[in-house]
Amino acid sequence: MRYLGRTLLRAILLLAGVSILCFLFTEMAPGKFFDELRLNPQVSPETIANLRSRYGLDQPLAVRYGRWVRSAAHADFGYSLAYNAPVAPLLWGRARNTLLLTTTAMLLTWLISLPLGVWLAARRGRMLDQAFSIASSFLVSIPEVVIAVALLAIVVRWRLLPLSAGPLNTEGVSPWTHVQDLATRMVLPVTILVFVESAIIVRHVRASVLEVLETPFVQAARSFGIGQARVLFRHVLPAAASPAISLFGFSLAGLVSGSLLTEVVCGWPGLGPLILEATLSRDFYLVIGGIMLSALFMVGGNLIADVMLLAADPRIRTGALDAH
Amino acid sequence: MRTKTAILIAALGALHLALLCAGFIAPYDPVAQNREVPYAPPTRLHLHDASGWHLRPFVFRWTLADDGYLEDKSHSFPVHLWTTGSSYKFLGLFETTRHLFSVDSPATVALFGTDGFGRDEFSRVLYGGQISVAAGIAATLIALLAGALFGVIAGYYGNWTDQSLMAGTELFLSLPWLYFLLGVRAFLPLHVSPVRTFFLLTCVIGLIGWARPARLVRGIVLSSRTRNYVLAARSFGASDLHVIREHILPEVLGVLMTQATVLVPRYIAAEVTLSFFGLGVNEPVASWGNMLSTLQQYSVLVSYAWLLAPAGALVITSVIYALLADVVQSRLEFQQPGN
Repeated sequence: MRYLGRTLLRAILLLAGVSILCFLFTEMAPGKFFDELRLNPQVSPETIANLRSRYGLDQPLAVRYGRWVRSAAHADFGYSLAYNAPVAPLLWGRARNTLLLTTTAMLLTWLISLPLGVWLAARRGRMLDQAFSIASSFLVSIPEVVIAVALLAIVVRWRLLPLSAGPLNTEGVSPWTHVQDLATRMVLPVTILVFVESAIIVRHVRASVLEVLETPFVQAARSFGIGQARVLFRHVLPAAASPAISLFGFSLAGLVSGSLLTEVVCGWPGLGPLILEATLSRDFYLVIGGIMLSALFMVGGNLIADVMLLAADPRIRTGALDAH
Repeated sequence: MRTKTAILIAALGALHLALLCAGFIAPYDPVAQNREVPYAPPTRLHLHDASGWHLRPFVFRWTLADDGYLEDKSHSFPVHLWTTGSSYKFLGLFETTRHLFSVDSPATVALFGTDGFGRDEFSRVLYGGQISVAAGIAATLIALLAGALFGVIAGYYGNWTDQSLMAGTELFLSLPWLYFLLGVRAFLPLHVSPVRTFFLLTCVIGLIGWARPARLVRGIVLSSRTRNYVLAARSFGASDLHVIREHILPEVLGVLMTQATVLVPRYIAAEVTLSFFGLGVNEPVASWGNMLSTLQQYSVLVSYAWLLAPAGALVITSVIYALLADVVQSRLEFQQPGN
């Protein structure tokens, strides 16, 4: 319990650190939101000064940070200058789409990679295993941009899927068509995400299962006449779970931030395009909000992984007790 | 194992040499536009025509017909080697007009086709590679230098220095790096000269990445600090600086090598991603990222597949680096006495 409390405290401190870092960067930045207005001859300098003071931009850094913390405590997370609205509802609307996309992709990734990794480990050295290890080491080293653009090119070239960008329409359509529309639009981004993520997970699962397969207790289990499938999934997999759980934590941690590129390439109306737009218009409270939300998931994902490891691996449990 | 390493290092060397000598290998200036041939497909090199086989390859001119480009077979233009053309600075030092190959005008040789402004994609891939790869290497150097410095300090001095520095690494490791990179970019001026963007980008990418190398270096310093020869050196009155330089840094070097092979392709990809979003190096300067960004339009992506050339170059670079990382990693494990 003390261990949990400490990790939780550390997570909160980390989030505070991230927000301070963001504000420090805004201070060092030469560009300001109203710079473009300043170029407009129809807008007087007084108007800009008024606007700046209305949004509190003329205050020193510490005051602005204090205000932001207060607004974060009210679950607003600052005020978007471009959208003229509190940041949190803006983010939430888009984050829902992102999470829909990424959780689907994550579930699919794990449903594919876990059995595949175990299966490949069991067939070590055979043709299929070797072919897959070459393919996966190739896939792992290809940057995400290239995978995204290449898959998009394939889909567009052979018209495999109807492509449409823009907001998800919910009004005036029956729920069934809405679900259909959603599903067809999700196929490409989900495929990209699965491609990007699964190769590395399969490799790790395969490696850790291989390690356990060589231990004496597996041979003992085999010698008792326990079947292959039961040995693999009942005896080997739990013993090989630790690296997989850490990786699962990474997957959770990347739920918000991992799909930025994919969303932009596929025109998925998630958090990614919103933050990109906000970056271009230097709407920095929105950008900070996006960073904070994804940092929250990063920290939270790692926290959950820690807890799961604690539950799954007695060695860590005793080690954690020893340390205190 | 040894031959594999040699082949990989040779391939890597050839790649970087080609990018370094981009001006010589590229037949055209990367920003020179040729509005007569926008989106021309790759020029075909022929060896055979109506009069039979030839030893010297030749090309035909593209002429615009109703349904796309057609080769104008009336005139053939042989490809010349070691020719003169537009002037450039070789290795950025001295001015020259020498090029590896070209064809006589009015024909053009565009091995990877041309983009929307009729610029030669092959030349742009080479010049763009200079920018992208240099950004990757420079950012890696920054990350490794900062990582090694803080890692050595944390591991060697321990106590509160160690704790605060490790808290710092934890902070940077929990940053969603692409979001953070966008955020940092949001705070920098949007329209600045490509040179300044380049420096800002590499600094930012490098400074975000110091945490992981710092942790690895710290681990190694921690274990080597208590080795007998280090203790002996200290008991002889060697200064901290001497011990670090003579006894600790050599041990750290291996980790820095592996990290370099891992980080360079990752940071090249980071530059490409940012430029792909239009937040990196701006036009007209070529970089693999901003060349790929035109492909965000579906119509371009469908019709002009040769514009994927920078993606191909990026894949080749990344794969070579990744294979090298594997080799370096396994050699290092082999050498380590503990394993």
